[in-house]
Amino acid sequence: MTLTRRNVMVMGAGAFVAFGLPMSASAAAEDAIAEFTGGADMGSEGVTLTAPEIAENGNTVPIEIDAPGAEAVMILAMGNPTPGVAEFKFGPLAASQSASTRIRLAGTQDVVAVARMKDGSFAKASSNVKVTIGGCGG
Amino acid sequence: MAENVRPRVKAPRKASAGEEVTIKTLISHPMESGQRKDADGNTIPRSIIHRFTCEFNGEMVVDVAMEPAISTNPYFEFEAVVPEAGDFKFTWYDDDGSVYEETSSVALA
Repeated sequence: MTLTRRNVMVMGAGAFVAFGLPMSASAAAEDAIAEFTGGADMGSEGVTLTAPEIAENGNTVPIEIDAPGAEAVMILAMGNPTPGVAEFKFGPLAASQSASTRIRLAGTQDVVAVARMKDGSFAKASSNVKVTIGGCGG
Repeated sequence: MAENVRPRVKAPRKASAGEEVTIKTLISHPMESGQRKDADGNTIPRSIIHRFTCEFNGEMVVDVAMEPAISTNPYFEFEAVVPEAGDFKFTWYDDDGSVYEETSSVALA
């Protein structure tokens, strides 16, 4: 293929699409956070997210959240095709605002937990997980 | 309805009033994410459990909204207060409308 002006334009457009997709996935994550918090500021204290530093298998990554005084905690995987993971709502009989579960991660990425406290404030914690084999079956 | 769905719950049978207990739940379910493709390249449709709740005598302990990023055989561990003798009721809601239920009784020690 000769490097004509037209070809360069096509390659440029292709590159834009290729890099544009991951941007839109993280934008979806930002939107989900904004919807959860209503655009309020997030503190960094009050929520703990425990995740492994390296996960060999992205199909089952054990994570744990702990947010004393929270009424709801949302978990997001910033690099997944759909960023939402789960939303925990704690009722009056929850002994502690903590829970653990197992999640899927498509690749190395940040996992984010956002907690809504009883007083209406928000807190955010994030943890980077390196994934050796992704969990999206692609 | 997904096949061979079997809920399993580990909760104490006895507790003293006001005691905090740890509960573990697991339900066997493929949790098809809707991202995977079969051998012919067709997308396998999403089929997951999208909600899990735990109640004690009708009062909510935890209510989880689940997305496809929850692993196969969803597992949850959390803590609950036992104010009196009664039943824990666990409910899983499937995408196809099925509801799986499990109860576990607690007596006062």
